[in-house]
Amino acid sequence: MKVLRLGIGLAIVFAASWALAQGIVDKGVTDKRRSGTQDMGEALQKMQDDDTANPGMLFVQLGGQLWGKAAGAAGKSCADCHGGAASMKGVAARYPAIPKGTDAPVDLEGRINLCRTANQQADSFPPESRELLALAAYVAHQSRGLPIAPPDDPRLAPFRTRGQDLWKIRQGQLNLSCAICHDDNAGRKLAGVTIPEAHPTGYPIYRLEWQTLGSLKRRLRNCLAGIRAEPYAYDAAEYVMLDLFLMDRAKGMTLESPAVRP
Amino acid sequence: MPRPGLLAAALVLAAPVAAAQQVAPQVVGDAIPASLTGQPGDAARGRAIVANRSIGLCLLCHSGPIAEERFQGDLSPSLAGAGSRWSEGQLRLRIVDGARLNADTIMPPYYRTGGVQRVARSFEGKTILSAAQVEDVVAYLATLKD
Repeated sequence: MKVLRLGIGLAIVFAASWALAQGIVDKGVTDKRRSGTQDMGEALQKMQDDDTANPGMLFVQLGGQLWGKAAGAAGKSCADCHGGAASMKGVAARYPAIPKGTDAPVDLEGRINLCRTANQQADSFPPESRELLALAAYVAHQSRGLPIAPPDDPRLAPFRTRGQDLWKIRQGQLNLSCAICHDDNAGRKLAGVTIPEAHPTGYPIYRLEWQTLGSLKRRLRNCLAGIRAEPYAYDAAEYVMLDLFLMDRAKGMTLESPAVRP
Repeated sequence: MPRPGLLAAALVLAAPVAAAQQVAPQVVGDAIPASLTGQPGDAARGRAIVANRSIGLCLLCHSGPIAEERFQGDLSPSLAGAGSRWSEGQLRLRIVDGARLNADTIMPPYYRTGGVQRVARSFEGKTILSAAQVEDVVAYLATLKD
Protein backbone atom coordinates (compact mmCIF):
# COMPACT_ATOMS: atom_id res chain seq x y z
CA MET A 1 0.00 0.00 0.00
CA LYS A 2 2.76 2.40 1.00
CA VAL A 3 4.58 1.78 -2.26
CA LEU A 4 1.36 2.33 -4.22
CA ARG A 5 0.71 5.60 -2.36
CA LEU A 6 4.25 6.75 -3.01
CA GLY A 7 3.84 5.87 -6.68
CA ILE A 8 0.60 7.84 -6.95
CA GLY A 9 2.21 10.74 -5.07
CA LEU A 10 5.18 10.81 -7.43
CA ALA A 11 2.87 10.59 -10.44
CA ILE A 12 0.95 13.61 -9.16
CA VAL A 13 4.16 15.56 -8.58
CA PHE A 14 5.41 14.70 -12.08
CA ALA A 15 2.08 15.56 -13.66
CA ALA A 16 1.94 18.83 -11.76
CA SER A 17 5.48 19.88 -12.72
CA TRP A 18 4.88 18.86 -16.34
CA ALA A 19 1.71 20.93 -16.41
CA LEU A 20 3.59 23.85 -14.85
CA ALA A 21 6.32 23.55 -17.49
CA GLN A 22 3.70 23.56 -20.24
CA GLY A 23 2.16 26.64 -18.69
CA ILE A 24 5.52 28.37 -18.81
CA VAL A 25 5.91 27.45 -22.46
CA ASP A 26 2.42 28.72 -23.20
CA LYS A 27 3.14 31.99 -21.46
CA GLY A 28 6.04 32.51 -23.84
CA VAL A 29 8.93 32.29 -21.42
CA THR A 30 10.81 30.57 -24.23
CA ASP A 31 9.81 33.28 -26.71
CA LYS A 32 13.07 34.97 -27.66
CA ARG A 33 11.42 37.84 -29.53
CA ARG A 34 12.05 41.28 -28.08
CA SER A 35 9.79 44.28 -28.28
CA GLY A 36 11.56 47.59 -28.80
CA THR A 37 10.49 48.40 -25.24
CA GLN A 38 12.97 45.87 -23.90
CA ASP A 39 15.82 47.61 -25.73
CA MET A 40 15.03 50.97 -24.09
CA GLY A 41 16.49 52.31 -20.87
CA GLU A 42 14.51 52.18 -17.65
CA ALA A 43 13.52 55.85 -17.80
CA LEU A 44 11.82 55.46 -21.20
CA GLN A 45 10.13 52.23 -20.14
CA LYS A 46 8.70 54.08 -17.13
CA MET A 47 7.56 56.93 -19.35
CA GLN A 48 5.73 54.47 -21.58
CA ASP A 49 4.09 52.65 -18.69
CA ASP A 50 2.94 55.78 -16.85
CA ASP A 51 -0.17 57.20 -18.50
CA THR A 52 0.48 60.61 -16.96
CA ALA A 53 3.99 60.70 -18.47
CA ASN A 54 3.44 58.96 -21.82
CA PRO A 55 2.99 61.77 -24.39
CA GLY A 56 1.09 59.35 -26.62
CA MET A 57 -1.76 59.46 -24.12
CA LEU A 58 -2.47 63.09 -25.10
CA PHE A 59 -3.26 61.78 -28.58
CA VAL A 60 -5.44 59.05 -27.10
CA GLN A 61 -7.38 61.77 -25.27
CA LEU A 62 -7.77 63.82 -28.43
CA GLY A 63 -8.86 60.66 -30.25
CA GLY A 64 -11.51 60.11 -27.63
CA GLN A 65 -12.92 63.58 -28.31
CA LEU A 66 -12.91 63.00 -32.07
CA TRP A 67 -14.61 59.64 -31.56
CA GLY A 68 -17.69 61.38 -30.21
CA LYS A 69 -17.72 64.28 -32.67
CA ALA A 70 -20.09 64.26 -35.66
CA ALA A 71 -18.35 64.77 -39.00
CA GLY A 72 -19.05 64.85 -42.72
CA ALA A 73 -22.24 65.18 -44.75
CA ALA A 74 -23.73 62.22 -42.85
CA GLY A 75 -23.35 64.16 -39.61
CA LYS A 76 -22.36 61.01 -37.76
CA SER A 77 -19.66 60.40 -35.18
CA CYS A 78 -17.70 57.16 -34.77
CA ALA A 79 -19.67 56.57 -31.58
CA ASP A 80 -23.00 56.83 -33.43
CA CYS A 81 -22.20 53.58 -35.26
CA HIS A 82 -19.68 51.85 -33.02
CA GLY A 83 -20.82 52.88 -29.56
CA GLY A 84 -18.19 53.17 -26.86
CA ALA A 85 -14.47 52.55 -27.05
CA ALA A 86 -14.93 48.99 -25.81
CA SER A 87 -16.23 48.04 -29.26
CA MET A 88 -12.71 48.63 -30.58
CA LYS A 89 -11.07 46.15 -28.22
CA GLY A 90 -8.87 43.77 -30.22
CA VAL A 91 -9.21 45.64 -33.52
CA ALA A 92 -5.67 47.04 -33.60
CA ALA A 93 -4.31 43.63 -32.60
CA ARG A 94 -5.61 42.08 -35.81
CA TYR A 95 -5.20 44.79 -38.46
CA PRO A 96 -4.35 45.03 -41.39
CA ALA A 97 -7.45 43.24 -42.63
CA ILE A 98 -9.69 43.16 -45.69
CA PRO A 99 -12.80 45.30 -45.10
CA LYS A 100 -16.19 43.82 -46.03
CA GLY A 101 -17.06 44.15 -49.70
CA THR A 102 -13.46 44.77 -50.78
CA ASP A 103 -10.59 42.53 -51.78
CA ALA A 104 -7.48 44.40 -50.66
CA PRO A 105 -6.15 44.79 -47.12
CA VAL A 106 -6.00 48.16 -45.37
CA ASP A 107 -4.11 49.16 -42.24
CA LEU A 108 -5.78 50.69 -39.21
CA GLU A 109 -5.35 54.25 -40.50
CA GLY A 110 -6.74 53.14 -43.86
CA ARG A 111 -9.77 51.62 -42.13
CA ILE A 112 -10.41 54.84 -40.21
CA ASN A 113 -10.27 56.81 -43.47
CA LEU A 114 -12.67 54.34 -45.10
CA CYS A 115 -15.17 55.12 -42.36
CA ARG A 116 -14.55 58.81 -42.92
CA THR A 117 -15.26 58.71 -46.64
CA ALA A 118 -17.86 55.93 -46.92
CA ASN A 119 -19.84 56.28 -43.70
CA GLN A 120 -19.35 59.84 -42.54
CA GLN A 121 -19.09 61.21 -46.08
CA ALA A 122 -16.19 63.38 -45.00
CA ASP A 123 -12.76 63.98 -46.52
CA SER A 124 -10.17 61.43 -45.55
CA PHE A 125 -7.53 62.61 -43.08
CA PRO A 126 -4.10 63.28 -44.63
CA PRO A 127 -1.35 60.78 -43.78
CA GLU A 128 0.32 61.48 -40.42
CA SER A 129 -2.26 64.17 -39.62
CA ARG A 130 -2.93 64.84 -35.96
CA GLU A 131 -6.55 63.69 -36.27
CA LEU A 132 -5.73 60.42 -38.02
CA LEU A 133 -2.97 59.56 -35.55
CA ALA A 134 -5.17 60.51 -32.60
CA LEU A 135 -8.02 58.25 -33.73
CA ALA A 136 -5.57 55.44 -34.50
CA ALA A 137 -4.02 55.85 -31.04
CA TYR A 138 -7.47 55.86 -29.41
CA VAL A 139 -8.47 52.68 -31.20
CA ALA A 140 -5.09 50.97 -30.66
CA HIS A 141 -5.13 51.87 -26.97
CA GLN A 142 -8.23 49.70 -26.55
CA SER A 143 -6.05 46.69 -27.46
CA ARG A 144 -3.21 47.53 -25.09
CA GLY A 145 -2.14 44.37 -23.31
CA LEU A 146 -3.70 42.03 -25.86
CA PRO A 147 -1.67 39.59 -27.94
CA ILE A 148 -1.17 40.47 -31.60
CA ALA A 149 -3.61 38.21 -33.44
CA PRO A 150 -3.70 38.50 -37.25
CA PRO A 151 -7.01 37.36 -38.75
CA ASP A 152 -7.33 33.86 -40.14
CA ASP A 153 -8.23 35.08 -43.64
CA PRO A 154 -6.64 33.09 -46.47
CA ARG A 155 -7.04 36.07 -48.83
CA LEU A 156 -4.34 37.87 -46.82
CA ALA A 157 -1.68 35.25 -47.55
CA PRO A 158 -0.47 36.55 -50.94
CA PHE A 159 -0.23 40.11 -49.57
CA ARG A 160 1.72 38.89 -46.54
CA THR A 161 4.08 36.90 -48.75
CA ARG A 162 4.69 39.97 -50.88
CA GLY A 163 5.41 41.88 -47.65
CA GLN A 164 7.99 39.28 -46.72
CA ASP A 165 9.59 39.64 -50.15
CA LEU A 166 9.78 43.41 -49.67
CA TRP A 167 11.34 42.85 -46.25
CA LYS A 168 14.10 40.76 -47.79
CA ILE A 169 14.78 42.70 -50.96
CA ARG A 170 17.96 44.76 -51.09
CA GLN A 171 17.38 48.35 -52.11
CA GLY A 172 18.79 51.85 -52.06
CA GLN A 173 22.26 53.14 -52.75
CA LEU A 174 23.52 51.24 -49.68
CA ASN A 175 22.03 48.02 -51.11
CA LEU A 176 20.56 46.82 -47.80
CA SER A 177 17.33 45.02 -46.91
CA CYS A 178 15.17 45.30 -43.80
CA ALA A 179 16.11 41.71 -42.97
CA ILE A 180 19.87 42.36 -43.01
CA CYS A 181 19.58 44.70 -40.04
CA HIS A 182 16.45 43.60 -38.21
CA ASP A 183 16.69 39.81 -38.63
CA ASP A 184 20.40 39.09 -39.12
CA ASN A 185 21.90 41.84 -36.96
CA ALA A 186 19.23 42.74 -34.40
CA GLY A 187 20.76 43.37 -30.98
CA ARG A 188 24.05 44.56 -32.47
CA LYS A 189 25.10 48.20 -32.51
CA LEU A 190 24.65 50.42 -35.53
CA ALA A 191 26.98 53.17 -34.38
CA GLY A 192 25.81 53.58 -30.77
CA VAL A 193 22.29 52.34 -31.29
CA THR A 194 20.98 48.83 -30.63
CA ILE A 195 19.27 47.53 -33.76
CA PRO A 196 15.74 46.50 -32.74
CA GLU A 197 13.94 43.41 -34.02
CA ALA A 198 11.33 45.73 -35.52
CA HIS A 199 8.14 44.28 -34.09
CA PRO A 200 5.16 46.61 -34.60
CA THR A 201 4.03 46.26 -30.99
CA GLY A 202 3.38 49.89 -30.15
CA TYR A 203 2.03 51.84 -33.13
CA PRO A 204 1.24 54.60 -33.39
CA ILE A 205 4.39 55.40 -31.39
CA TYR A 206 5.51 58.59 -29.70
CA ARG A 207 9.08 58.86 -30.95
CA LEU A 208 11.20 61.32 -29.00
CA GLU A 209 13.22 62.04 -32.11
CA TRP A 210 10.04 63.11 -33.93
CA GLN A 211 8.67 64.92 -30.88
CA THR A 212 5.28 63.60 -31.92
CA LEU A 213 3.23 60.52 -32.60
CA GLY A 214 3.87 58.68 -35.85
CA SER A 215 2.75 55.63 -37.76
CA LEU A 216 4.55 52.47 -38.82
CA LYS A 217 4.52 53.97 -42.29
CA ARG A 218 6.56 56.94 -41.12
CA ARG A 219 8.98 54.61 -39.33
CA LEU A 220 9.42 52.49 -42.46
CA ARG A 221 10.05 55.63 -44.49
CA ASN A 222 12.82 56.61 -42.05
CA CYS A 223 14.60 53.31 -42.65
CA LEU A 224 14.17 53.60 -46.42
CA ALA A 225 15.74 57.06 -46.28
CA GLY A 226 18.57 55.65 -44.16
CA ILE A 227 19.52 53.12 -46.82
CA ARG A 228 19.07 55.86 -49.47
CA ALA A 229 16.13 54.12 -51.11
CA GLU A 230 13.18 55.93 -52.67
CA PRO A 231 10.38 55.78 -50.07
CA TYR A 232 7.12 54.25 -51.34
CA ALA A 233 4.37 56.82 -51.87
CA TYR A 234 2.32 57.46 -48.73
CA ASP A 235 -0.69 55.63 -50.16
CA ALA A 236 1.35 52.69 -51.51
CA ALA A 237 0.15 49.14 -50.90
CA GLU A 238 3.73 48.18 -49.99
CA TYR A 239 3.34 49.60 -46.48
CA VAL A 240 0.21 47.52 -45.84
CA MET A 241 1.96 44.39 -47.12
CA LEU A 242 4.97 45.03 -44.88
CA ASP A 243 2.59 45.69 -41.97
CA LEU A 244 0.83 42.36 -42.63
CA PHE A 245 4.15 40.51 -42.68
CA LEU A 246 5.41 42.23 -39.53
CA MET A 247 2.18 41.65 -37.58
CA ASP A 248 2.36 37.96 -38.46
CA ARG A 249 6.03 37.89 -37.42
CA ALA A 250 5.00 39.46 -34.09
CA LYS A 251 1.96 37.22 -33.63
CA GLY A 252 1.31 36.62 -29.93
CA MET A 253 3.45 39.52 -28.73
CA THR A 254 1.72 42.05 -26.49
CA LEU A 255 0.37 45.26 -27.99
CA GLU A 256 1.69 48.33 -26.13
CA SER A 257 0.10 51.21 -28.00
CA PRO A 258 0.80 54.04 -27.67
CA ALA A 259 4.45 53.07 -27.16
CA VAL A 260 7.30 55.49 -26.52
CA ARG A 261 10.49 55.07 -28.53
CA PRO A 262 13.78 57.00 -28.59
CA MET B 1 23.93 59.53 -27.99
CA PRO B 2 23.14 59.52 -31.72
CA ARG B 3 19.68 58.36 -32.63
CA PRO B 4 18.86 56.12 -35.58
CA GLY B 5 16.77 58.75 -37.31
CA LEU B 6 19.47 61.35 -36.96
CA LEU B 7 21.76 58.87 -38.62
CA ALA B 8 19.17 58.35 -41.30
CA ALA B 9 18.87 62.09 -41.78
CA ALA B 10 22.64 62.40 -41.93
CA LEU B 11 22.80 59.63 -44.49
CA VAL B 12 20.24 61.39 -46.62
CA LEU B 13 21.75 64.83 -46.42
CA ALA B 14 25.18 63.58 -47.33
CA ALA B 15 24.98 63.85 -51.07
CA PRO B 16 27.95 61.97 -52.44
CA VAL B 17 30.57 63.94 -54.30
CA ALA B 18 29.22 62.19 -57.37
CA ALA B 19 31.01 60.09 -59.89
CA ALA B 20 30.47 61.95 -63.08
CA GLN B 21 33.40 60.33 -64.84
CA GLN B 22 33.29 56.89 -63.29
CA VAL B 23 36.23 54.67 -64.16
CA ALA B 24 35.89 50.93 -64.64
CA PRO B 25 38.16 49.28 -62.06
CA GLN B 26 40.25 46.33 -63.28
CA VAL B 27 39.77 43.32 -61.01
CA VAL B 28 42.68 40.87 -60.80
CA GLY B 29 42.00 37.85 -58.60
CA ASP B 30 40.62 39.19 -55.31
CA ALA B 31 42.01 42.67 -55.79
CA ILE B 32 41.96 45.86 -57.82
CA PRO B 33 45.71 46.47 -58.00
CA ALA B 34 45.66 49.86 -59.75
CA SER B 35 44.57 53.14 -58.19
CA LEU B 36 41.17 54.28 -59.51
CA THR B 37 42.59 57.74 -60.12
CA GLY B 38 46.08 56.73 -61.17
CA GLN B 39 47.30 58.60 -58.09
CA PRO B 40 47.96 57.44 -54.53
CA GLY B 41 45.32 58.52 -52.00
CA ASP B 42 45.84 60.74 -48.97
CA ALA B 43 45.67 58.84 -45.67
CA ALA B 44 44.74 61.89 -43.58
CA ARG B 45 41.79 62.68 -45.84
CA GLY B 46 40.91 58.98 -45.78
CA ARG B 47 40.78 58.98 -41.99
CA ALA B 48 38.37 61.92 -42.07
CA ILE B 49 36.13 60.10 -44.57
CA VAL B 50 36.11 56.94 -42.45
CA ALA B 51 35.24 58.96 -39.32
CA ASN B 52 32.47 60.92 -41.06
CA ARG B 53 29.10 59.31 -40.40
CA SER B 54 27.45 60.82 -43.45
CA ILE B 55 30.23 60.42 -46.01
CA GLY B 56 32.18 57.24 -45.30
CA LEU B 57 29.54 55.73 -43.01
CA CYS B 58 32.21 53.18 -42.01
CA LEU B 59 31.83 53.54 -38.23
CA LEU B 60 28.12 52.82 -38.36
CA CYS B 61 29.00 49.14 -38.84
CA HIS B 62 32.75 48.87 -38.08
CA SER B 63 34.79 49.94 -35.13
CA GLY B 64 38.21 51.41 -35.76
CA PRO B 65 41.14 53.10 -34.03
CA ILE B 66 39.52 56.55 -34.14
CA ALA B 67 39.24 57.31 -30.44
CA GLU B 68 37.36 60.62 -30.74
CA GLU B 69 34.37 58.89 -32.34
CA ARG B 70 32.65 57.35 -29.36
CA PHE B 71 29.77 55.44 -30.90
CA GLN B 72 31.05 52.80 -33.25
CA GLY B 73 29.23 49.84 -34.75
CA ASP B 74 29.80 46.17 -34.12
CA LEU B 75 28.10 44.58 -37.14
CA SER B 76 31.36 44.08 -38.97
CA PRO B 77 35.04 43.37 -38.25
CA SER B 78 37.17 46.09 -36.67
CA LEU B 79 39.15 48.18 -39.11
CA ALA B 80 42.17 47.90 -36.79
CA GLY B 81 44.84 45.85 -38.51
CA ALA B 82 43.13 46.05 -41.91
CA GLY B 83 46.42 47.17 -43.46
CA SER B 84 48.20 44.04 -42.29
CA ARG B 85 45.37 41.67 -43.26
CA TRP B 86 44.93 43.01 -46.78
CA SER B 87 47.00 44.59 -49.53
CA GLU B 88 45.94 47.95 -50.95
CA GLY B 89 44.51 46.17 -53.98
CA GLN B 90 42.48 43.81 -51.81
CA LEU B 91 41.18 46.71 -49.72
CA ARG B 92 40.25 48.58 -52.90
CA LEU B 93 38.08 45.74 -54.26
CA ARG B 94 36.39 45.25 -50.88
CA ILE B 95 35.42 48.93 -50.82
CA VAL B 96 34.51 49.23 -54.50
CA ASP B 97 32.26 46.17 -54.63
CA GLY B 98 32.59 43.55 -51.91
CA ALA B 99 29.85 41.48 -53.54
CA ARG B 100 32.42 40.46 -56.16
CA LEU B 101 33.96 38.31 -53.42
CA ASN B 102 30.89 37.43 -51.34
CA ALA B 103 27.43 37.85 -52.86
CA ASP B 104 25.87 37.91 -49.36
CA THR B 105 28.06 40.66 -47.95
CA ILE B 106 26.28 43.49 -46.15
CA MET B 107 29.10 45.88 -47.14
CA PRO B 108 27.59 48.53 -49.42
CA PRO B 109 29.15 48.81 -52.88
CA TYR B 110 31.01 52.12 -52.54
CA TYR B 111 31.99 52.51 -56.16
CA ARG B 112 29.32 50.73 -58.18
CA THR B 113 26.09 52.10 -59.56
CA GLY B 114 24.70 49.08 -61.38
CA GLY B 115 22.70 46.30 -59.75
CA VAL B 116 21.07 48.46 -57.09
CA GLN B 117 17.30 48.88 -56.94
CA ARG B 118 14.98 51.68 -55.93
CA VAL B 119 17.76 54.18 -55.22
CA ALA B 120 16.46 57.50 -53.87
CA ARG B 121 16.21 60.08 -56.62
CA SER B 122 18.87 62.31 -55.09
CA PHE B 123 21.40 59.46 -55.18
CA GLU B 124 20.45 57.92 -58.49
CA GLY B 125 23.42 57.11 -60.74
CA LYS B 126 25.88 58.23 -58.09
CA THR B 127 28.42 56.15 -56.25
CA ILE B 128 28.68 56.33 -52.46
CA LEU B 129 32.25 57.60 -52.69
CA SER B 130 34.13 59.19 -55.59
CA ALA B 131 37.19 57.45 -57.04
CA ALA B 132 39.45 59.92 -55.22
CA GLN B 133 37.65 59.28 -51.92
CA VAL B 134 38.04 55.52 -52.38
CA GLU B 135 41.78 56.04 -52.87
CA ASP B 136 42.00 58.21 -49.73
CA VAL B 137 40.24 55.50 -47.68
CA VAL B 138 42.49 52.77 -49.14
CA ALA B 139 45.55 54.86 -48.22
CA TYR B 140 44.27 55.31 -44.66
CA LEU B 141 43.32 51.67 -44.11
CA ALA B 142 46.71 50.55 -45.42
CA THR B 143 48.30 52.45 -42.50
CA LEU B 144 46.32 50.40 -39.93
CA LYS B 145 48.97 47.76 -39.31
CA ASP B 146 47.85 46.66 -35.84
